[in-house]
Amino acid sequence: MNAFTLLRLALRVISRNKARAMLTVLGIVIGVGAVIAMVALGAGAQQNIAKQIASLGSNLIILIPGTTNVAGVRGGGGSSTTVDVDDIDALRREVKSITHLAPANRQQVQIVAGDANWSTNLLGTTPAFYVVRDWRTDTGTEHSELDEASHNKVCVLGRTVATQLFGTDDPIDQWVRIKKVPFRVIGVLSSKGQSPMGTDQDDTVLIPFSVYRQRMAGTQRDQIQAAYAAAVDANSSQAALDEMTAVLRQRHHLRESADDDFSLRNLADIAAASREVADSMTLLLGSIAGVSLLVGGIGIMNTMLVSVTERTREIGIRLAVGAKSSDILVQFLVEAVVLSAIGGAIGVFFGWGAAQLLSDATGWVTIFDPAVAALAFAVSGAVGVFFGFWPARRAAQLDPIDALRYE
Amino acid sequence: MSEVPVIDTEHLQKVYSAGGTPLVALADVTLRVQKGEFVAVVGASGSGKSTFMNLIGLLDRPTSGVLRLDGVDVARLTPNQRAVVRNRKIGFVFQGFNLLRRTSALENVELPLLYAGVPARVRTDAAKQALTQVGLGERMGHMPNELSGGQQQRVAIARALVNQPALLLADEPTGNLDSTTTREILTLFVDLNVNHGITVVMVTHELDVAAVSRRVVQFKDGHLVMDGPPPPEWTPAVPAPWHVAKTSEVA
Ligand SMILES: Nc1ncnc2c1ncn2[C@@H]1O[C@H](COP(=O)(O)OP(=O)(O)OP(=O)(O)O)[C@@H](O)[C@H]1O
Ligand SMILES: [Mg+2]
Repeated sequence: MNAFTLLRLALRVISRNKARAMLTVLGIVIGVGAVIAMVALGAGAQQNIAKQIASLGSNLIILIPGTTNVAGVRGGGGSSTTVDVDDIDALRREVKSITHLAPANRQQVQIVAGDANWSTNLLGTTPAFYVVRDWRTDTGTEHSELDEASHNKVCVLGRTVATQLFGTDDPIDQWVRIKKVPFRVIGVLSSKGQSPMGTDQDDTVLIPFSVYRQRMAGTQRDQIQAAYAAAVDANSSQAALDEMTAVLRQRHHLRESADDDFSLRNLADIAAASREVADSMTLLLGSIAGVSLLVGGIGIMNTMLVSVTERTREIGIRLAVGAKSSDILVQFLVEAVVLSAIGGAIGVFFGWGAAQLLSDATGWVTIFDPAVAALAFAVSGAVGVFFGFWPARRAAQLDPIDALRYE
Repeated sequence: MSEVPVIDTEHLQKVYSAGGTPLVALADVTLRVQKGEFVAVVGASGSGKSTFMNLIGLLDRPTSGVLRLDGVDVARLTPNQRAVVRNRKIGFVFQGFNLLRRTSALENVELPLLYAGVPARVRTDAAKQALTQVGLGERMGHMPNELSGGQQQRVAIARALVNQPALLLADEPTGNLDSTTTREILTLFVDLNVNHGITVVMVTHELDVAAVSRRVVQFKDGHLVMDGPPPPEWTPAVPAPWHVAKTSEVA
């Protein structure tokens, strides 16, 4: 029998009992559908993470006082007071493999412009920050070293703050008040979207570090909550890290055996942490899909076994008129494969639909990869071969007269 | 003349041992059928006729004894070789039709050709021709359950004939047919036997059907109890060339 005849025969048999066929392939549909949807979501998430990490700026190194756990950067710094402005100066002076170093102290403040007011994140930092983090202004300018030196009360607004305070009006040269201190708006940052930690990076106001120390920091004016450094290039990131560590340890008089009382992380660490999360997600989803396909395969095996039993007489007739046992084997194997491939096709379709719905509903990015769909489809076919083999072999091993006499 | 017999059995025995006491369905049958013979197998119900047919049709295996088809000891054949013999050499008409359900008459008849690797176009033409031969030219698209018993039987006969077998084994082929159709089928068998040299072995309960044959073998409790030409008092349902010869001899 040629492939076309076999396929037609299989489709006809399957279409005779559509309800059973649908129930049989449900496991495969769910398995493949889950794979497709999850891979689409996972790829989207991965792309998001990559984009967000890139948005942190290249060659970035983050310094946070106090110790952090190994897994990643501790958020909401400022709880430890082990790094001060003199450390920053020393690092600037002594570490040759960094180009820029920007302290970044922050606090939650109320910002007022006329009648409007908004609670936001006030960030006191130096002009180096714009370079290190690769933040740019859309309109107006960033603040300068001159602003730092002259303690100019100027500010640069995040996109969210600008919109909240001024709507569609141009905020440049408008005045805002932070803790009763008037600041002139000199720029608005271009939108950065969400941070890797899921906070709105546009909900912030930047002022010169010198002004922050003088007017906003209260008694903690020498403390550093965080600092961002840029290595000369990506290759020297580790060297920079080592040098900075050495300088800080020496300045803090730490013994050999003592732990660092600060933490330094580079982009590679952060990327690795994110990738670890993504990898464990993939593993989890992969095992869910694997279990679904296993269950689906067992469903197919079960249905095929029932089918072989029900059609024993048919098998007997085919053998009686000259079918070889290999003809019977192939017939039932093709049936199992067609069945599970149908499940696979429906699964691809539903998985894709589910990913679309999910991305419409939540705004998550989903990436549909035809190669993954093809692979999932192929795997469903392989499941058919694997789980269809045993029932098909049982059919093929029947004796003609026994099969013909079967009631 | 020592031509190799189409069917040659020696002390053929079939014992069913399933379910306690062994049942001897076929005790000790030694029989030779030469090429071109037309044999009727008769006997009471349960005498072992179907058992014998299943053995020589290579559907079943004997408990002991030797079966040779065209001089080949079939015990030596592999399952695949047995399948090929069933497919190419033998046409089998079952007592209970054994048609595929929910499969059209045409496709049922095509089935042996499918396993012979015959291309689709040729398959369909041959199947149509076989169905026309048995008088079912107009009902080819019908499913078995849409056909009368007699029509189903004719589909089964068409299926047995479609691959032009050298040996036609028919287990009560006219059991469900009215006398007109019975005569048509018997005429067809005689024609196949006389003009195409096909060897026919046919089980029947009806004396006038048995009388059409040239040779009658009778089974009783698994033994062969009679072997010879049909008794002259049986009136054949249809005429055959050998009847004419016989009548002329008498005259
Ligand atoms: N599979 C089987 N298992 C056990 N006994 C069987 C089996 N098949 C047939 N028999 C027995 O073997 C004997 C011969 O059966 P067989 O079918 O050959 O008879 P038959 O001559 O064809 O009868 P009928 O004219 O009714 O068709 C019977 O007694 C029957 O009960
Ligand atoms: Mg019988």
